[in-house]
Amino acid sequence: MVNMLNYDVIVIGAGHAGIEAAIASARMGCSVALITMEKKAIGRMSCNPAIGGSAKGHIVHEIDALGGIMGLIADRTGIQFRTLNKSKGPSVWAGRCQSDRKLYSEEAGEVVFGTQNLDVIEDSVNEAFEENKKIVGVKTEKGKEINCKALIVASGTFLNGVMYTGTDPKIGGRFGERAAIGLTKSFLDMGFVADRLKTGTPPRLKKNSIDFSVLEEQPGDENPQPFSHRTDIKNFPVLPQVSCHLTYTDEHVHKILEKGFDRSPMFKGLITGVGPRYCPSIEDKIVRFADKPRHQLFLEPEGLDSDLIYLNGFSSSLPEEIQFEAVRAIQGLENIEMARPGYAVEYDYFPPYQVDLTLETKLIKGLYFAGQINGTSGYEEAAGQGLVAGINATLKIQGREEFVLKRSEAYIGVLIDDLVGKSTDEPYRMFTSRAEHRLILRQDNAERRLVKFGYDFGLVSKELYNEFKKSEELMIQGIDFASNLRISPKNINGFLASQNSSVIGNGETISKLVKRPELKLKNILETLDKSRFPLVEPLLNNEELLQKLEIELKYEGYIKRQYELVEKMEKLENTKIPLNYDYHNLNTISVEAREKLAKVQPRSIGQASRISGVSPADISILTVYLKN
Amino acid sequence: MLYSHEDTITAIATPIGVGAISVIRVSGSQSIEKVDSIFRGKKKLEDSKSHTIHYGRIYSQSNEVIDDVLISIFKKPNSYTGEDSIEISTHGNPLITQKIIDALLENNVRLAEPGEFTKRAFLNGRMDLAQAEAVADVINSRTEVSLHGARNQLDGLLSKKIDLLREMLIHSSSLIELELDFAEEDIQFVSLKEVKEEIEDIIAEIEELLKSYSFGKIVRDGVKVALVGQPNVGKSSLLNYMLKESRAIVSHIPGTTRDVISEEISVEGLFIKLFDTAGIRFAEDDIEKEGVERSRQAIENADIVIYMFDVTSDFGLELYEEIEKTIPEDRIITVANKIDLGKDLSHSADAEISALTGEGIPELFSLLKEISLGSNIYTEKSAVVSSLRHYNILKKAKENLFSAVKSIENKLSGEFIAVDLRNAENLLGEIIGKVSTDDILNNIFSKFCIGK
Ligand SMILES: Cc1cc2nc3c(=O)[nH]c(=O)nc-3n(C[C@H](O)[C@H](O)[C@H](O)COP(=O)(O)OP(=O)(O)OC[C@H]3O[C@@H](n4cnc5c(N)ncnc54)[C@H](O)[C@@H]3O)c2cc1C
Ligand SMILES: Nc1nc2c(ncn2[C@@H]2O[C@H](COP(=O)(O)OP(=O)(O)OP(=O)(O)O)[C@@H](O)[C@H]2O)c(=O)[nH]1
Ligand SMILES: [Mg+2]
Repeated sequence: MVNMLNYDVIVIGAGHAGIEAAIASARMGCSVALITMEKKAIGRMSCNPAIGGSAKGHIVHEIDALGGIMGLIADRTGIQFRTLNKSKGPSVWAGRCQSDRKLYSEEAGEVVFGTQNLDVIEDSVNEAFEENKKIVGVKTEKGKEINCKALIVASGTFLNGVMYTGTDPKIGGRFGERAAIGLTKSFLDMGFVADRLKTGTPPRLKKNSIDFSVLEEQPGDENPQPFSHRTDIKNFPVLPQVSCHLTYTDEHVHKILEKGFDRSPMFKGLITGVGPRYCPSIEDKIVRFADKPRHQLFLEPEGLDSDLIYLNGFSSSLPEEIQFEAVRAIQGLENIEMARPGYAVEYDYFPPYQVDLTLETKLIKGLYFAGQINGTSGYEEAAGQGLVAGINATLKIQGREEFVLKRSEAYIGVLIDDLVGKSTDEPYRMFTSRAEHRLILRQDNAERRLVKFGYDFGLVSKELYNEFKKSEELMIQGIDFASNLRISPKNINGFLASQNSSVIGNGETISKLVKRPELKLKNILETLDKSRFPLVEPLLNNEELLQKLEIELKYEGYIKRQYELVEKMEKLENTKIPLNYDYHNLNTISVEAREKLAKVQPRSIGQASRISGVSPADISILTVYLKN
Repeated sequence: MLYSHEDTITAIATPIGVGAISVIRVSGSQSIEKVDSIFRGKKKLEDSKSHTIHYGRIYSQSNEVIDDVLISIFKKPNSYTGEDSIEISTHGNPLITQKIIDALLENNVRLAEPGEFTKRAFLNGRMDLAQAEAVADVINSRTEVSLHGARNQLDGLLSKKIDLLREMLIHSSSLIELELDFAEEDIQFVSLKEVKEEIEDIIAEIEELLKSYSFGKIVRDGVKVALVGQPNVGKSSLLNYMLKESRAIVSHIPGTTRDVISEEISVEGLFIKLFDTAGIRFAEDDIEKEGVERSRQAIENADIVIYMFDVTSDFGLELYEEIEKTIPEDRIITVANKIDLGKDLSHSADAEISALTGEGIPELFSLLKEISLGSNIYTEKSAVVSSLRHYNILKKAKENLFSAVKSIENKLSGEFIAVDLRNAENLLGEIIGKVSTDDILNNIFSKFCIGK
């Protein structure tokens, strides 16, 4: 062969999943080829110019703790930072930022190109090859044949992608980009099952045609918080910060949209793929919530230099002229120029029961699926999977133990466990309510939960890890101090009275006092004699640590209870089911459940119990079988 | 290897030594064939339809007739276990049943383990966890009322009720979750006050169920009745009379204290544990505190006290008042005895009897039943909690819900409320088997005795 090339790992697609996978694997010592259609489009945001949000922000923090890059790039290119849910408890605080779309992609490109052992090849993969159920290589459009030990497919919405604005289908994976043809067939031939999903994006508007004076402004936080521990808080935020704006549709707007329903590719049945229920198009919203007189829209800047505004909440695949007329009927947008209309895209995905918890496919060894190809939607969900796939592909090549995060350890664990077990048939997005151990899966403790893994894999630097260990030590001392030191009434009652908090009769620990909603740890510590208690000074000087410590102390009871639940669950998780267990003979289990179990091949009773279609009675029966 | 479902198992399904008829049950894929090989009737059982009854004879290995029997055929899946099953009804002689069992064993039928029939029924999807537990109760229950309560649960009333509560809870949870995951959305969030009311409704329902437990417990464990009174009023005579009248004498348990004697009897389907105490003298100046003390244990443990006095003697007011300090008045039945000697009562009584002639005793029984079961609070239509495990789980669920209400009152954020709701939901799920742990299964299946 002429163009014969060899790599340990090939990654298809430099989207959010692909770059995490490629970088992690290269940093862990594999030679990696990242094959993507367009070098300029590395880390491109297909849709919303924003990173994070409820539960997604958590994932970004987890990626960062594991040594991934998403948080760092988001910090460097963010033009508005907010912490959502600040009025609620710390487990649902979630970071979100508006990104400069162009800078985000450039920054991602720089990180990719600056990574050793990592070659970027601009090409499209048409075919993948296996021998004896093991992946061996790929062939590209330009005729290159490349061998590999592991192949990670992170092809996003590009597999047989078809875009719709109105009833005219256009083949493509994303605005202005081609679709990937051929690869799906290659996998179908290997025995995989593919299906279709759909997603959509709203129109982009010309910024200078908007009348912002009549719109409600939504600025970022006064005290913005970064995602990454590697971000230097002193020089943060890096870029100037901007605002978003709010506006609403009304019944008049809805009337206009309805005129286009007869040319809607959705309503006409041209699109058969299932769309995300939590992120419907505007036409869907009007139909499904017909009695709602208005829908909220966010005007999000696409970047500092960009003259584009992203109309969040107005995703549509109606004909362009209908979109245009409707947008012009919205308050503040009367004179709008539409840079380009919204569209829907339909693409192939591989129902994720076909992968294992490592994201390796069950059918072909060495083949990994990550990101939208597994039926998720969202950059963060994609990136988290990419990281896990990259790490696992490498661990396997290096003959090391696999990496599976538990549901009690990370949202990424919940994500992959859900994918494999429930095998989504609509685009999957993370929510905090998907995590049964929500109280212990917080942003503030992401590093405490996960940095040890990142360090073990060599993805987190020694300096960073030592820094973490130092702060962890302080944390543990802090907890100890707060739980043991009793403050006497005479030393604290003055302070308590000043805070409208009831005075105490006997000595009380800090840990107990800080559980009062009206008291802050910082203020309690400030009442202490710093020369007598040498720990107080370093605690007070470390604002981040102080907050983490306060959370651990204030919610101690709840956190403890949650850990008890985790332990209870662990028993089920530890009841292992033998590999390739034959369910077909268990004729006491319902046919549906047997099929599902055989499909998913769960590793444990815990995992089996979460498979939809498998009833608790089925699980009890299975348990009895395994016992006997 | 795996639990073998291919085995055919057998056991006696009726209590040993009781009743005129014994039932032997056989279940498993070969049950019909196996019984055929020891049975001779008009027609081969193999060629017969499900749910038919056949008369014939059972023969031993050495070709001797063991007994005339009736055989009922239940083909899968329409049998108790969900497998092919046979029920052999024989004469209630322990020797006969034993011989038939032996004949089956010789044909490679295996003796069932405790609870194995129900285990199979459960495994074959014939019942959910709560129903399986109720079957355990059926087996352990000794009397009609008991059976009635257990059957009622069998029908899934409790399961249905719990399922409903769980759905209500899931509803409340979703209201809370909505605000946590979709705070940015332009939706009208339900006020926490409303969620609180919903939760309180569920708590009320659970409390109702918890209350039913004392009823359920009486149904299952029986009612404890202490016979108390001055010496010689006729307590022991009443006990003896009752024993004679109730045909199902279950056991004779020596009293915990030297002086207390306990007997178990069944009256009109109600299971009663009678405690006969030593008579207590309570003369004006000479208070035998010690006597009261001796019987106090029995009185304290009793659900109901029968206070007996002799119509020909005094009522014994002081003693009565002393007893009233231990047990509420509505749990004391005053009984005037020896009315065969005269009906001129020195004191009014709830029942007037003669332990000698038996006069008035049926009325006393009715009174006992009414007081122990309450007057029709629980009909066949109500879900009743009769298992201690269910009771404890419901109590825990209630605590979780209380804690959720408290969190709302303390204005804590939704995720703290959600934890408690989720816990409660999982607990309810445990009752109906929507969350399954080994412990539950082990516990249930070890509780079963052979035959059901
Ligand atoms: C129109 C649209 C609307 C969306 N709407 C939403 C939304 O509303 N909400 C939401 O959460 N998410 C939405 N997304 C999804 C979000 O963009 C993706 O979930 C996320 O980007 C997926 O990341 P990924 O890494 O899996 O793939 P992508 O980011 O899509 O990247 C895939 C990359 O793979 C490359 N590639 C694909 N196939 C090949 C091949 N054969 N050879 C070489 N290179 C290949 C592509 O060039 C691309 O660079 C939308 C995406 C699109 C396109
Ligand atoms: N005529 C008549 N005699 C009765 C009746 N009930 C009991 N007796 C007699 O009363 C005497 C005492 O009866 P017991 O049953 O031993 O009385 P008790 O209350 O158990 O006495 P202690 O155990 O000593 O407290 C016996 O001689 C009985 O035969 C009754 O209804 N009518
Ligand atoms: Mg006596």
